[in-house]
Amino acid sequence: MKCTLTALAFLAATTSLAQAEGVLNLYNWGNYTGPDLLAKFEAETGIKVTVTDYDSNDTALAKIEAGGHGFDLVVPSTNYVPIFVEKGLAVELDLTKLPNHTNIAPEWMDVAWDQGRTHSIPWQWGSIGLSVNTAVYTGDINTSSIFLDVPDELKGKINVVPEMTDVVNLAVMYVGGEPCTEDTEVLKKARDVLLAAKPHWISMDYGATEKLSNNDWAASVNWNGSSMRARLANDTVAHGYPKEGYPIFMDSVMLLADARNVDQAYTFMNFIMEPENAAMISAFARYNNGIAGSDAFMPEDMKAAPEVVTPDEHKAAGTFLPTCSPTAQQYMAAIWTELMK
Amino acid sequence: MSPAEQSQRRKSTRNGWLLSAPALTLLFLAASGPLLIVLVYSFLTPGQYGNVVWEFSLDGWVGILFTRDIFDGTTNLADAHLTIFWRSVKLSLMTTALTFALGFPTAWFIATRPPAQRAMWLFLITIPFWTNLLIRTFAINEVIRNEGLMNTVLIGAGLISEPIRIINTDTAVFIGMAYVYLPLMVLPLFAAIDRFDMKLLEAGYDLYASRLQVLRHVILPIVKPGIIAGSILVFVPSLGAYVTPRVLGGGKNMMIGNFIELQFGQGRNWPLGAALSMALLLIVMAALLIYVRASTKGNNPHG
Repeated sequence: MKCTLTALAFLAATTSLAQAEGVLNLYNWGNYTGPDLLAKFEAETGIKVTVTDYDSNDTALAKIEAGGHGFDLVVPSTNYVPIFVEKGLAVELDLTKLPNHTNIAPEWMDVAWDQGRTHSIPWQWGSIGLSVNTAVYTGDINTSSIFLDVPDELKGKINVVPEMTDVVNLAVMYVGGEPCTEDTEVLKKARDVLLAAKPHWISMDYGATEKLSNNDWAASVNWNGSSMRARLANDTVAHGYPKEGYPIFMDSVMLLADARNVDQAYTFMNFIMEPENAAMISAFARYNNGIAGSDAFMPEDMKAAPEVVTPDEHKAAGTFLPTCSPTAQQYMAAIWTELMK
Repeated sequence: MSPAEQSQRRKSTRNGWLLSAPALTLLFLAASGPLLIVLVYSFLTPGQYGNVVWEFSLDGWVGILFTRDIFDGTTNLADAHLTIFWRSVKLSLMTTALTFALGFPTAWFIATRPPAQRAMWLFLITIPFWTNLLIRTFAINEVIRNEGLMNTVLIGAGLISEPIRIINTDTAVFIGMAYVYLPLMVLPLFAAIDRFDMKLLEAGYDLYASRLQVLRHVILPIVKPGIIAGSILVFVPSLGAYVTPRVLGGGKNMMIGNFIELQFGQGRNWPLGAALSMALLLIVMAALLIYVRASTKGNNPHG
């Protein structure tokens, strides 16, 4: 009897504890947050996380700017972090509440877009390149000409992800320009190359992981993590790093100015900077995470994966996208509209 | 009309307004309110990273038809925008025509069944509505993709050796929209044919009309309101379709709906997006006006 009472009391205590811990609303990219990570977080802290998806930085920015969204945390890419700060949509972090902040790997600490990581903490990083089915095309895949000067074997079989900034900048680098350029000669060349190549593309869509796995597409402009997931399902898929230059991205977690569950948000941010938990993030979406010491917890199949560990000869071509100026953005949007018509 | 009758009529009018007040309020707040915001936004200046700056500008409206060349600064007719508009109108008209061609015999078949069976047939027509539009579209995708059901069966049967590539073309969007909107054509057609007096058919044949003449001069004029209602119900949502072109079209060739979405997202030009939305609304309203004109004419043939 006494035993039952104790159990009841314990039960009551834990449930009320769980309720007191509350909820957290995470606004993140689609197919990017592993359910096992959230389950572990909830088990450890009692905080229930609700995830809402978005498919582009602009969507996230537009929705948050409009207000009334109810989100606490957002995960924008490198070049959008300064915009969130400048617009006052995300706040400076109280580092005393983030003891794990020191776990951020040194190379990801003093980054150009957020010196000292006072406003954003790493979620995952990766790069955009090409996923190619090597059973269909046996040539060199480390070049943007795969989608800008499509080889015969891939004509009508290659997809291009509809990610304006990445695609236009790949084309700009292909014709020898700098990312976010305002040089109209370069932009004109990039536009012409894109327009000439488009008839050979099958589609401009997301979902590369599935469609490369089931042979709907033989190639795609794609992110490295998605490439790896496609390879695990279809071992003829390989990832190419364009030698003409390719953008590197890092998606970082930011605390929104109008967050209602601030304490829970800090608990979550601190939680994901624990190496073991950061490795769980990577294990799901197959990208690196930027937390020192997480390597030890990474799944075996990622430790030597060519998509995750960039081969040395391809490292130099990678570049971080700066935050493009509004003028550069307008050029890109005009090219994009012409491309998508 | 006697005074008693008049007061009775006034009372019923007042009651009618009172009864519809909740719906009207909801319509005003939920439809007109947001629409007004869209209208206002279409006259503002785009912000640097999306959103709007509160400065009056006509650029959004001008931008529907004209575009400044980014490279030489000249203003030209917006070829890209017109292509997108034309594709949307063309696909919507084709969808309407196909759903009519398929829907008319279907509706005729249902309306000529014994009354006890009609309910069952109508019920079958509504079954697709039980499933979400997105899921139905993905189902079509599974059927027509290169290694999908259709191509696997055709290749297996030895009829073709290479898969027929439909997925991610305008044809795929066309098929998808016709499938999705077919019930919207069948139901109003059924309602019209159901009221059709079959004795008129016999009268027509008695007067030595051929089958085609009966169809043209007897059936079509009488079921015309149903045809128009069905066409409007199919044409209007087709014009603003977003999911179908996105999933089946592969995102390579936009329709108006996708083009508007682009302006609010990566295009960062909310005023242009708002102006495009209003323009779409105007096209739809024009179509509805034609409908009202045509249907009142149909109901009142003797003036």
